[in-house]
Amino acid sequence: MIRKVLAAAAVATLVASGSVGAQAARDYIFIVGSSTVYPFATVVAENFGRSTSFKTPKIESTGSGGGLKLFCAGVGVEHPDITNSSRRIKDTEVKTCAENGVTNVVEIKVGYDGIVMANDKSAPTFNLSRRDIYLALAKKVPNPKEPSATGVASMVDNPYKTWKDVNPELPNLKIEVLGPPPTSGTRDAFAELAMEGGCKDFEWIKELKGQDKSAYKAVCHTVREDGAYIEAGENDNLIVQKLQANPDALGVFGFSFLDQNGDKIKGNPIDGFVPTFDDIADGSYPVSRPLFFYVKAAHAGVIPGIPQYLAEFTSEKAWGPDGYLADRGLIPMPKEEREQFARAAKDLTPLKLAAN
Amino acid sequence: MSNSTQSRDATRQVAERTMKRVNASLRKRYRAERRFRMYGILSVMLGIGFLAVLLIDIAGKGYTAFLQTYIELEVYFDPQVIAPDGALDEETLRMANYNSLIRESLAYLFPGATSRSDRRALGALVSNSAPFQLQQMVMENPGLIGQTARVTLLASADADMVMKGMISRRVPEAERRLSDMQIAWLDTLEDRGRVEKHFNKAFFTHGDSRDPEQAGIWGAIKGSFYMLAVTLVLSFPIGIGAAVYLEEFAPRNRWTDLIEVNINNLAAVPSIVFGLLGLAVFINFFGMPRSAPFVGGLVLTVMTLPTVIISSRAALTSVPPSIREAALGMGASKMQTTFHHVVPLAMPGMLTGTIIGMARALGESAPLLMIGMVAFIVDVPKGLFDPSTALPVQIYLWADAPERAFVERTSAAIIVLLAFLILMNSLAIYLRRKFERRW
Repeated sequence: MIRKVLAAAAVATLVASGSVGAQAARDYIFIVGSSTVYPFATVVAENFGRSTSFKTPKIESTGSGGGLKLFCAGVGVEHPDITNSSRRIKDTEVKTCAENGVTNVVEIKVGYDGIVMANDKSAPTFNLSRRDIYLALAKKVPNPKEPSATGVASMVDNPYKTWKDVNPELPNLKIEVLGPPPTSGTRDAFAELAMEGGCKDFEWIKELKGQDKSAYKAVCHTVREDGAYIEAGENDNLIVQKLQANPDALGVFGFSFLDQNGDKIKGNPIDGFVPTFDDIADGSYPVSRPLFFYVKAAHAGVIPGIPQYLAEFTSEKAWGPDGYLADRGLIPMPKEEREQFARAAKDLTPLKLAAN
Repeated sequence: MSNSTQSRDATRQVAERTMKRVNASLRKRYRAERRFRMYGILSVMLGIGFLAVLLIDIAGKGYTAFLQTYIELEVYFDPQVIAPDGALDEETLRMANYNSLIRESLAYLFPGATSRSDRRALGALVSNSAPFQLQQMVMENPGLIGQTARVTLLASADADMVMKGMISRRVPEAERRLSDMQIAWLDTLEDRGRVEKHFNKAFFTHGDSRDPEQAGIWGAIKGSFYMLAVTLVLSFPIGIGAAVYLEEFAPRNRWTDLIEVNINNLAAVPSIVFGLLGLAVFINFFGMPRSAPFVGGLVLTVMTLPTVIISSRAALTSVPPSIREAALGMGASKMQTTFHHVVPLAMPGMLTGTIIGMARALGESAPLLMIGMVAFIVDVPKGLFDPSTALPVQIYLWADAPERAFVERTSAAIIVLLAFLILMNSLAIYLRRKFERRW
């Protein structure tokens, strides 16, 4: 008995020491990154795995920041080949990459993702503007009693309780918004596109941007913490369910969840545009952001299948207006942009640092 | 004389007084006991109630996933489409346009659908995997080319949701994933007996997929199995070795006290910490691959070891000292006493502890997040170093998927996980009952 146990432990140790050898020959593409791009990248990966003789890539959902960190850690089989990102790579990240020898990075934009403010079908429609969103959700707002006052010091803790307080044309309902937590890329994009968009409506805040960028950001991006904005976790399905249970609440999430649940919830118009596929695609719906992935060009000849995976992702049948990614809720880019990035994917055009 | 009578009277009086007081308080004490029992029953009922709500919710959402809609079609394996130039080599068969065979077959059933968008909508009733099913059939049996066969194909997830009533037919057309026309086609197919629900075999035999109708938990189950195998092989001998040494051989001093405190402490450390440790030590330092069940097994070993050691030590303590003394008295060495008598008698308790530790490891997802097992992996892992997920992680991933059909699959995966946990815990109870010795 004891001998057997010892033998088993010895075998386990042997297998463990073999692990380094197992990794030396990775024959599948290793992708990390954003959970927003994950549903699209996985579909491409699956189709790529089925229609070619290469193995299906492994895609880890690590978030944009976590993905870039892993991606920039170095060149070699133990590091990822591609990272998905729901925002553009930052200067600091490019620098980290370069310090670790990752110098030749190819940037591919894949399409757009709309962020919607949805509520239950039975609930009234909110004709929102970005200004309304900012006033309803920011932590500090310009004092409504002294409209002429300017400067950060004159701002007061958000006094608005109902949507009607914010804008008399909106329904008389308590402000209750379910949305992602600060760790989420969706939240960053929402703050940047929706709240900042409304924030800029105030002349003096707009001027602040030129003078004190960090104060400007704090004013526009900080979400109130008095219970009107409810952090509902990263799970967007949960927000959809909660909206059905509570028709008075609004939810913030990606367009693909609205697309899949159109029989239960509806997207509210922002600045006069309802979040539909076409209005997001032509840019008239204001709250949409580009999605990217980054490729390590140094891996292209080492790990099998990378050029073919890029070709699959950038093919019309994938990211075109009638492609299978559009079926999943990805908003396609205009034709010229698609052609531009398809060429970049084919030639592995490196990212210009100056462009940042 | 009178003195003793007096004292007897006094005693009786005291006794009567006491009886009176006892009788007076008796009812109160009975009431207190009844009240306490009621609280107990109430707590148990509340616990059962919560459990029932959870189970009913999961079972109610998940049971539909065990059935899957299939569409039967007559497919003509057109030689013109499969091998236009007559060559039947593997590459031709692999790359042929099987999708058009399915489109043709559907168009034959519904001659009315002629426009490109109609035919596209018609094709959307069948799963994306259907062409690959035909491809496999032809590659296995090239003799099919030129013949017509009745093939059972997976319906698409949207069609499946309509057939199961998860997508309501009453809501306006624009808000549904399927148009009125597509639903009408589906109904016609059903009237002709071509739409059937069968047991969802794919759910138990496939790896993950982004098409809900083809997504399965086999990859996750195998990943969990490999991980638990590594955990068992490592934590059982190490845990029992540590427990036997600490309990039977180690001197009692400050060092062993310190070790004991540390082991008890480790048992209470949140599991995510072990994930961070695994990331730092196994992946970053030893350079083991991410997402490998072997690394997962190592992390879970570190996590379950305290549980195994503590329960094994408890089992060893419960072996009465008389056994050890008798063995020593018969001339057995300390080593013989321990391994011939004490350890076998403590084994049932040790096994129970190990199995409960394993069950905890099976349900664990937090440490696996850190070592890259939250990943989309289609291929079913074939070994300890192939990338894989685990059951709880698969549930986590599906719970976040936008497609409607993943809701029922998430619940179904939870049902499977619960079934495994119940199995393991009942095995632990069975072993304890069967081998338990009372002293």
